[in-house]
Amino acid sequence: MVKIIYVEHNGTRHEVNVADGENLMEGAVQNNVPGIDGDCGGNAACATCHCYIPAEWEALTGSRSDLEDSMIELADTAKPNSRLACQIKASAALDGMEVHMPATQH
Amino acid sequence: MATQLKDTRETQSLPQGSVTWPLPPRVRPDLPNHDKATLEAYLATAPLDEVDIADPLWWETDTHHVYFKRLRAEAPVFFTSVNNNRHRGFWNVTRWNDVMAVDTNHQVFSSEATLGGITLFDMDPDFIMPMFIAMDPPKHDVQRKAVNPIVSGQNLASYESLIRERTAEVLDGLPRGEAFDWVDRVSIELTSRMLATLFGWPQERRRMLTYWSDISTADPELPGNPGKEERQGILLGMLQEFTMLWNERVNAEPTGDLVSMLAHNSATRNMPPMEFMGNLVLLIVGGNDTTRNSITGGLYFLNKNPAEYAKLKANPGLVENMVSEIIRYQTPLAHMRRTALQDTVLGGQLIHKGDKVVMWYSSANRDDSVLDNPDAFIIDRPRARQHMAFGFGIHRCVGNRLAELQLKILWEEILKRFDHIEVLEEPERVPSAFVKGYNKLMVRIPA
Repeated sequence: MVKIIYVEHNGTRHEVNVADGENLMEGAVQNNVPGIDGDCGGNAACATCHCYIPAEWEALTGSRSDLEDSMIELADTAKPNSRLACQIKASAALDGMEVHMPATQH
Repeated sequence: MATQLKDTRETQSLPQGSVTWPLPPRVRPDLPNHDKATLEAYLATAPLDEVDIADPLWWETDTHHVYFKRLRAEAPVFFTSVNNNRHRGFWNVTRWNDVMAVDTNHQVFSSEATLGGITLFDMDPDFIMPMFIAMDPPKHDVQRKAVNPIVSGQNLASYESLIRERTAEVLDGLPRGEAFDWVDRVSIELTSRMLATLFGWPQERRRMLTYWSDISTADPELPGNPGKEERQGILLGMLQEFTMLWNERVNAEPTGDLVSMLAHNSATRNMPPMEFMGNLVLLIVGGNDTTRNSITGGLYFLNKNPAEYAKLKANPGLVENMVSEIIRYQTPLAHMRRTALQDTVLGGQLIHKGDKVVMWYSSANRDDSVLDNPDAFIIDRPRARQHMAFGFGIHRCVGNRLAELQLKILWEEILKRFDHIEVLEEPERVPSAFVKGYNKLMVRIPA
């Protein structure tokens, strides 16, 4: 299991264990973390698992795909470190990572 | 390999512009009558290529499900050529995963207005209304972003108390112990008030917005609807009225409404008139027809499923989940359409450049390879948010959170007031393969 800390916009922290290989949207939804909806089921086809990756973890989480990039860029809350949680897979390298959420998902 | 695929289209897809107005008569099956049972029995066994599912008949009778169930099982990506002298022929995409594949591939599947746009029937080539839903990137992106802030989370939070107040007012004004039309008194009333607020349009004239929305999507062929030229005239009248608002707001401080937002954003400030009109139609229809029909559908579904209604009354905390289930079950826009920009393969079928590809959200939302027991209305369905009704990809509904908020508040306020709202008869449905909705639903609130 990989420890991921989901941090809501108001600072509330949710420390959960995500199975190795599971994506971080699923990790949040299965553990009832509020604020990550995952409407499209993990296809980078909506932006309801939008999150911000702290700088120190960015290199380990890879980069956006084309569709992911399009979906993020249409969100009002997009930032350079925005990602869709469904496109990041949990792995030992990410153990202890914080994932920050925008105030609202769209 | 694409070369090994058989071209399954029986007749060539006709090029755009080859359909002439007035449209030739529609081929329909020869049936003794058009009652629901007869139509369903026909669709259950008819040769697949004999059915034109774009015919409003299947939608006003709510019988289309029978045909889509067969397509999903037997021919999930299927070309309709019957009546192609009316609609040029189109591909039906019926399974969840295939719809997702089209919706997320805007590089191949275009929404461009001049190619026909986003509905099964092409946009009238003599009256092209560019609008951002019927554009491809990059223009789509900048125009969508111009209006996005009005439905941002922050803005929605500021609308919440207003929506609740109005909902309470509308519900408190409903008669007790007598029959009334839920569509008119509640669904249209609430959505038109919201729409007037979004546009900064005078509340006392809010029903004009409903009227223009209905005209925009009305089938000019149906008796009682304005014909093609009359429709154009009505929409130009709408443009004229909104142009006056635009002129007032373009040189004033931003007022936070849609007209002001369009007038002040560099991406939309210099839109030609037809493009302003197109975007108005998009925002009016998008904010009106859809939520209106989910408001009606929800009440109808609860009446058809008394155990679910009882579950809701026992646990009002289910409202939020139920709202997603209502939207899935209703699917207020039955489809979105794309045009293939190149030859491609979808669900094992060869799609030719220029072909019309129709994503049937109403079918994908009933796909049992992805959803458990999809024909059932289950208000506490797990993961109810995973439905197709808002579409996916870059054209995903921009107002989805507002729609959910309006429906959530409505049901919270209904549960506070009424023990039961009784549906008295089957609804009158909109005869359209695009707007999947209701013209009338007679109900009674016990005295």
